[in-house]
Amino acid sequence: MIGALISIEAVSKRYPDGTVAVDGLSLEVPDRSITVLVGPSGCGKTTTLRMINRMIELTGGRILIDGEDIQHKPVNALRRSMGYVIQNAGLFQHRTIADNIGTVPRMLGWSKAKARERSMELMERVGLDTSMAKRYPYQLSGGQQQRVGVARALAADPPVLLMDEPFSAVDPVVRRGLQEELLRIQEELGKTIVFVTHDIDEAIRVGDMIAVLRTGGRLAQYAPPDQLLSTPADAAVEDFLGADRGIRGLSFFGTDALTVDPGGIVASDATAQQVSSRATEGLGHLLVVGVDGRPLGWADAARLRESGAAAAGPKGGPAQLLPHGQAFRHGEDSLRVALDCAVLSPTGWAVAVDGEGRAVGVVSQEQIAAAIRAAHSQRGTAPVDVGAAR
Amino acid sequence: MTVIHFITAFFSDGAHWHGYDGIPTRLVEHVEFSLIALGIAAAVGLPIGLLTGHYGRGGNALALLATAARALPSFGLLVLLFVLMGLSKLPVLIPLVVLAIPPILVTTYEAVRTVDPPPVDAARGMGMHSMKILFQVELPVALPLILSGLRSAAIQVVSTATIAAYVSFGGVGRYIIDGLYQRNYEKVVGGATLVAALALATLGLFGLASRFAVSRGVRQR
Repeated sequence: MIGALISIEAVSKRYPDGTVAVDGLSLEVPDRSITVLVGPSGCGKTTTLRMINRMIELTGGRILIDGEDIQHKPVNALRRSMGYVIQNAGLFQHRTIADNIGTVPRMLGWSKAKARERSMELMERVGLDTSMAKRYPYQLSGGQQQRVGVARALAADPPVLLMDEPFSAVDPVVRRGLQEELLRIQEELGKTIVFVTHDIDEAIRVGDMIAVLRTGGRLAQYAPPDQLLSTPADAAVEDFLGADRGIRGLSFFGTDALTVDPGGIVASDATAQQVSSRATEGLGHLLVVGVDGRPLGWADAARLRESGAAAAGPKGGPAQLLPHGQAFRHGEDSLRVALDCAVLSPTGWAVAVDGEGRAVGVVSQEQIAAAIRAAHSQRGTAPVDVGAAR
Repeated sequence: MTVIHFITAFFSDGAHWHGYDGIPTRLVEHVEFSLIALGIAAAVGLPIGLLTGHYGRGGNALALLATAARALPSFGLLVLLFVLMGLSKLPVLIPLVVLAIPPILVTTYEAVRTVDPPPVDAARGMGMHSMKILFQVELPVALPLILSGLRSAAIQVVSTATIAAYVSFGGVGRYIIDGLYQRNYEKVVGGATLVAALALATLGLFGLASRFAVSRGVRQR
């Protein structure tokens, strides 16, 4: 089954003591996409998520899934039609990994063998070795447990996946891996995913649409990530996005249109004549590449011409090379990565490589800046100065 | 070394191994009393403990009741009931049951109530029925603690069942009570040894039970 459309219509949650967790929230969650609910603690994001599978009952408005009001469905049947992933995974510690994943299929009356087969298939899908099937949760790392949590939620192939701060409890490196895994799985399966997080970076990384909620359970802005970064609705959203939102927004601009200069590249076994013919305007260095075309480092252009041979030759020695630093994949990486490479480069120029890691050219910070301006004006998302507009 | 002497003398006396006052008969009587008392206590304590723990309500009332029950002296209760009800098995069983319910009830309640919440939340979110959550998610995790409650109840019952002999019922307590009257210390020590052995056997039995009944994932070994 593929994703479903979720309509949240003027939904409120008011507790008997008068506290309002969610206040007249309306959202259209598009099918087959990841919609992130993000905001500070107390903004009602988890409450909103839990109203979708009726772990919390709404007190106003309605929620429709593919046009059907969730209140009209038996609650357990509704929940079985949605995968549910929580922080710390919440695995059943007395059951093996395979049995954990097979919980919902077994509840739906699948045979043991069929459920087990499905568990194996899902372990592979979420990047777990099937040899772990008979292990118990305590024998797994936090990241592996969370993968099991995702596999368990996907077991009965529900059209909707609800994820409540699923990756908050693992360290940043593992979290990054899990996010990439989620995007890969989503590309294959096309579920309708509602994802709650307090981490705006995570929201931008995984979200197709981002709903920023503010304290008191009101919607502050609902937009795709690039639009959110370039045009925050108000000062509060801008504040929540953080100081470097402009830089982060560059993640959504590709480097295909960026012109790189192949003139400044010289092979390590180049002759003096070849060296003298190579140059890039405004750059006092040449990028020396190995025989395989991969960058070795920067060499001072004047000294290279004086010594009359390529710096990386046996005598010149790579010791005279400045490190080339991180390179970006031309056409694949974003302008953010390209700019980052340029900023970190000892020469101020970024090195562009192709898919195989072979150097294809160099580009300066100024050229990247020009590309950023061009990209913004082309997309019509010229960074609005919110401060001045106010 | 007189204790060891008494013990060897008691157990090597062939007369102690036969007839209605023989060790096998008394042991069977003792175990029977204990099992009935423990069975009734478990039948009362386990369901109430499981349900109150699952719904997280009634904890204070339970604790109060348990403390009150613990304050009742078993021996005093036995004599009182015997006077009130006359000679039957009930005056013997009731004090034992009253003794055994609190540890079972309170530990079961606590065991279920303190189960790690995320798996329970996950199970609810998957659309698992409430009772299925109790028996398939909470109980397996709470089992070690529940068994420890049953174990301490069982040991208390086995040790206290000796008082049955005071109102002329059998069991291993017979040797102790009779021995004291007859100033036969060999018999008293022998009876006490049997009670201790029974308590140890109970301990061993529960050790085995938890090994087989508790999931490896919960034992984490």
